[in-house]
Amino acid sequence: MISELLRAIESLDVPADWVGLRAVKESVGVRAVRDGLPRSNGKSVNQGVMVEVLVKGQIGYGATNSLDLDSLRAAAKVAYEQAIAASPWAIYPLTPAARPKVVGEYVSPFVKPLDALTPGEINDLLVQLCKTLKVSDQIVQAVATAIANETETWFVSSNGSEVYQKLVMLETHFGVTAQDGAIVQQRSNNGYLAHCYQGGWELFPEPNLWERAAQVGEQAVELLTAEDCPSETTTLVLAPDQMMLQIHESVGHPLELDRILGDERNYAGGSFVKPQDFGQLSYGSKLMNITFNPTVPGEFASYSFDDTGAPATREYLIQEGILQRGLGSLESQARTGVPGVACARASSWNRPPIDRMANLNLEPGTDSFEALIGDVERGVYMESNRSWSIDDQRYKFQFGCEYAKLIENGKLTKTLRNPNYRATTPEFWHSLKRIGDNTTWQMYGTPFCGKGEPNQVIRVGHGSPVCVFEDVEVFGGGE
Amino acid sequence: MMLETVTQSKTSSPMESTFDPIVTAVLSELQTDEHLTLQLTGEQSQFVRFNGAKVRQTGSVSDGELHLTLMKGDRNGYREFSFTGKLETDLPQAQAALKELREEVLQLPDDPYLVLPSGNATSHEVNAGKLLIGGAIASSILPEVSGLDFTGIYAGGSLIRAYADSAGQKHWFATETFSLDYSLFTADGQAVKGTFAGSEWSQEAYAAKLAESKLQLERLSQTPKAIPKGQYRTYLAPAAVAELMGMLSWGAVSESSMQRGGSALGLLQRGEKQLSPQFTLRENFSRGLVPRFNSWGEIAPVELPIIENGKLVNTLINSRTAKEYGKTANGADGGESLRSPEVSPGNLAATDILSKLGTGLYLSNLHYLNWSDRPTGRITGMTRYACFWVENGEIVAPIENLRFDESLYRCFGENLLDLTDFQEFIPEVGTYSNRSLGGIWVPGALSEEFTYTL
Repeated sequence: MISELLRAIESLDVPADWVGLRAVKESVGVRAVRDGLPRSNGKSVNQGVMVEVLVKGQIGYGATNSLDLDSLRAAAKVAYEQAIAASPWAIYPLTPAARPKVVGEYVSPFVKPLDALTPGEINDLLVQLCKTLKVSDQIVQAVATAIANETETWFVSSNGSEVYQKLVMLETHFGVTAQDGAIVQQRSNNGYLAHCYQGGWELFPEPNLWERAAQVGEQAVELLTAEDCPSETTTLVLAPDQMMLQIHESVGHPLELDRILGDERNYAGGSFVKPQDFGQLSYGSKLMNITFNPTVPGEFASYSFDDTGAPATREYLIQEGILQRGLGSLESQARTGVPGVACARASSWNRPPIDRMANLNLEPGTDSFEALIGDVERGVYMESNRSWSIDDQRYKFQFGCEYAKLIENGKLTKTLRNPNYRATTPEFWHSLKRIGDNTTWQMYGTPFCGKGEPNQVIRVGHGSPVCVFEDVEVFGGGE
Repeated sequence: MMLETVTQSKTSSPMESTFDPIVTAVLSELQTDEHLTLQLTGEQSQFVRFNGAKVRQTGSVSDGELHLTLMKGDRNGYREFSFTGKLETDLPQAQAALKELREEVLQLPDDPYLVLPSGNATSHEVNAGKLLIGGAIASSILPEVSGLDFTGIYAGGSLIRAYADSAGQKHWFATETFSLDYSLFTADGQAVKGTFAGSEWSQEAYAAKLAESKLQLERLSQTPKAIPKGQYRTYLAPAAVAELMGMLSWGAVSESSMQRGGSALGLLQRGEKQLSPQFTLRENFSRGLVPRFNSWGEIAPVELPIIENGKLVNTLINSRTAKEYGKTANGADGGESLRSPEVSPGNLAATDILSKLGTGLYLSNLHYLNWSDRPTGRITGMTRYACFWVENGEIVAPIENLRFDESLYRCFGENLLDLTDFQEFIPEVGTYSNRSLGGIWVPGALSEEFTYTL
């Protein structure tokens, strides 16, 4: 493909300052079972090329799913005309420095390739999972899903870039709905499709899969008779499968430089963070160390280069609570003067790259889980996200979880249902009191991060230890 | 508008002239015990993204996907691939997909609720438009907003949805539309939201729409007022009502969700909670903005009441759900979501909104809604854009954003005071995967004791 794209770029006759071709081929196999019966079985292959043309300081793009030379030339012509037409109104005069020359390759680590299991074998596993999940007649729905994704990207440019990246990914999910009259509870394996990783079928089934499935079913039934989460201001302990959402919504999005620049104000929103905050704003307590890290083997959003060719490296966004740098591409860095990271990512060939999270991780501390809980006189421990909402400045949020335990005198006691909490972002992160060690650190991901105009959904990874926050407003469900 | 900035519709589509022979060729290869459906999604779209009354990104996208589902006995599987509109590229892919599917379905478990294609429905609808050409978009839009902090996106072009199956059903829906979804901001971050959409660009209509938005922007010049959390009488403008209605497609009106505990309307169905007799919701396809056919090729009724005078009279039931639970299908799509919804108007005149509100909150838009407790119909979300504190029927000041957490059974039930006597069309402007079609017709709503929590 690289050689075909290079031939195409040589044949283009647009008088541009820079031209890039990014081809994407995404193959996705979906296997989904509900209550032991097949719900979805199939495969999609989506491919195309985006031609970007930089002229008069403005980039225009033409994207096509026809890969023949004539179509690519036509796309380049359209892109050129777009750039020329828009150049009198360009928001910032870009130069080819926004698309540096880069040559390299990245392939996800995997042991068992995505075709190692047949469709029949995968269905057998998922059917068995549904049976294991249904621990009671009160389980009114059991679902299990496995999605195998191979995404290849080829990027060439008029200034000599040649990049090939192949992502091999497996996404799995299982969960149940339990019902007793008007009381309905859901429980899943760490939240909807949270088990998203780079790798192959070595990731599934996991060694403890059947025990975990039975536990998920049993906990859903347990929730039917549990007390509602009390309404009070108390100590909140969050498991990594909820911390992933907390980091994503209240750290990741507000640090995106395109939000801070106002690009997203009409859709996803802006940010309470200002350009002058970088390097000085106290974002949270001194225990807070957040890294942008697309280099973690197996984490869902690992790569070597972003979609503009910027080499990916591990960087601290927040160190000891102080804001260091933003989630901003080379374009956004030039527009703001704020240091950024290699995060210009596009959801596919048919969308332009914008500022995105990749893997965003909270670095571990030194406390064991037992030490964290043992130190809490009264509080609530919550697991697995089920509801999320935050304002357009990423300031006021309310999140809900699937499962909770009351903490009394240093011990987990009663199970609680419908646990929710709400707070404002800076107040919340400053209330981070203790942070778990490596043994509590877990890594998850989601394929559903939405943003951008036109809209784009992209994959992100988040790792976190268990964390303890003081004086947080928690509450339950009902009226 | 000068003619050179507008492109006239085309009546014939290269996609249709490729789709038709592929349908014929692939169906002719089927064996006697096989059934097949083909679904096509296509678009030729132009996107221009704005920030600060400048162009942030601009480009065009030619895209299409063909989705084949093969059924044999009680087994089924699908393949989906890029549809280019070029027969020499697309036909071999379709034939290869069929071959792969034949091998795969043999391995799959039976699905006792599989619905085979049947019926003899056909339709063909082409809605022509007059859209801005790519090179004229910025020059048509931006001079009108010179000096303003204008941000948003223009999206326009042709959209195609098509269907064919081995029972002989066939549908073609093609339309040309545009939407300009924008915000105007004050220096301190207050904003007005606007959407200008349709199938024929009119520079005069665009200028008039902007003039309306500019007028609203002037109201936002005052310092925003911080409102303490609590319960306030609240007017929800049509765009805010549309956001709340959008939640009904996420685990509420679906029969499948209802059967398995996932519906927020379970309490209504069981008669344990009521909605206001003033509240009526229906599917209404009469305006022709979206195709009436679904993923089985079935045609939905022109109108289907869902909630009538506060009572749940229908859920959305697709053929698979009908087979599984012994119900009668009513043309719903795979996800049993609302496709062309309409909320009936009430009696509140536009001129009486502020006086009937008296003292409370006027909300133009809502943002980032989610169920905070789905079984009880409780929704949380944020106020957004032009929202005001009103005292004694007079707008006092814009507000700082508030979080709400409120039940549908309260705000459209016991606390609903009235709905406006007019509806507005709120277009669906989403562009995930591809440009969306349609929208919702809704009135504004006046509700008592709306709950704000942060």
